[in-house]
Amino acid sequence: MTDIDRLIEDSLKGDKLSIARLISMVERGHEQALYVMEKIYPHSGNAYYIGVTGPPGAGKSTTVDRLVKIFCENGYSVGVVAVDPSSPFTGGALLGDRVRMTIKPKKKYDVFFRSMSAGKVMGGLARTTKEASRILDACGKQIVIIETVGVGQSELDIAQATDTVIVMIVPESGDSIQIMKAGLMEIADIFVINKADRPGVAGILQAIEGMLERNLEIQQMLEENRRKKPEWKHPIFLTSAAFNKGIDALYEGIWRHYHHLKEGSRLENRRKSQLKNELKHRIGIQFSEMLWGNVLKGNHLQQLIETVWNQKIDPQAAARQVVTEWLRDKSWKPS
Amino acid sequence: MERALRVVMAKLGLDIHWRGVYLVSQFLKDSGMEVIYIGNKFPEQIVEAAMEEDADVVGLSTLVGNHLTLGPRVVNLLKEKGLDNVTVFMGGVIPPTHIPLLKEKGIHEVYGPDTPMSVIIKGVGSVA
Repeated sequence: MTDIDRLIEDSLKGDKLSIARLISMVERGHEQALYVMEKIYPHSGNAYYIGVTGPPGAGKSTTVDRLVKIFCENGYSVGVVAVDPSSPFTGGALLGDRVRMTIKPKKKYDVFFRSMSAGKVMGGLARTTKEASRILDACGKQIVIIETVGVGQSELDIAQATDTVIVMIVPESGDSIQIMKAGLMEIADIFVINKADRPGVAGILQAIEGMLERNLEIQQMLEENRRKKPEWKHPIFLTSAAFNKGIDALYEGIWRHYHHLKEGSRLENRRKSQLKNELKHRIGIQFSEMLWGNVLKGNHLQQLIETVWNQKIDPQAAARQVVTEWLRDKSWKPS
Repeated sequence: MERALRVVMAKLGLDIHWRGVYLVSQFLKDSGMEVIYIGNKFPEQIVEAAMEEDADVVGLSTLVGNHLTLGPRVVNLLKEKGLDNVTVFMGGVIPPTHIPLLKEKGIHEVYGPDTPMSVIIKGVGSVA
């Protein structure tokens, strides 16, 4: 058996060291990374994926720590992938989510916590967060929690990688203008107002409830005569994670959403829709890499820049020209 | 693809003087490393973190005199868990006369209070 096969086998059995090394391989884009994911993927799909997102400082890590404890006390094995931003200049990152974990190893909880830097992506997930969480899933974690600073709109978004999205804000997240900003609030299945011991809770609660009501009205208007009951009534939990308040209710709320998803084929539909976006995204990347690898080599790009600079052709037309020429040329292959 | 160095930074034991380790963490981050700051932890938790995070380096900050007991414990636990490739650095208030002993026990380098940041960055960076 080769080293890599042994590493995969040990990981699937739950060996922490192996799992850590496997994740690193994929993160680093190791030449065997594709092989790893090929072998790992069939074993994944059993875990329940929970996303926790929100502005920095909202208390996500502290809340995740509390939730992990409750899951473990109830006998679940948990994997956590915590994504923090990296510096666009130096590529370095201060991954400070783990610091909130207070679980002692002697408790023998089955937890695997991995910190990741977002890399070149602005907020949201890192390039390989999905792979890392799939590895944890495949290697036996029943619950996979992905924690990230939220932005809401890229295909690497947390809503595209999880079954339940928890959006966490604090009373200072302030005025309703913020609430109305698209993206972050729309992806939530569950809302949490953390640090609810601070002033301003009533205001922000009202803003969220208002937004939910408006969405409901619009939905019902669009469906005209069908006075359907709302599919899922978004709960809003008030918590003070640092003081361990309100977390039990949140925990129950999470399971309620899970049961809601398990009714009929909701979960399958949601995951298939995510897969569709993922495939589109990955196919796009493949094409893009192929294009840069085969077409715009060496001088071509520089010449093109000069041509556009000298106003012989506009940028959009130049791009179309490149792709048209490339499509005519049958000698391309995937990289 | 080159991976940034992954450094687990911890305050060894219970002492909460945080400025030193925090500053070093910032500087290491600014030099392009991924710093996983875990705060006050004991050897078992530090090694657990090093394992899960597949760390290249563990940095220990200590100012209260627990360096001779807890420092080598980290080194030994790392070995026990099969993490031989992890390099351990120490920083803080450590009597210079203890440094040779610490190195003997497997601490790669010890940086006292006056160490210039560039020396630390270079030292940790050279592990790659």
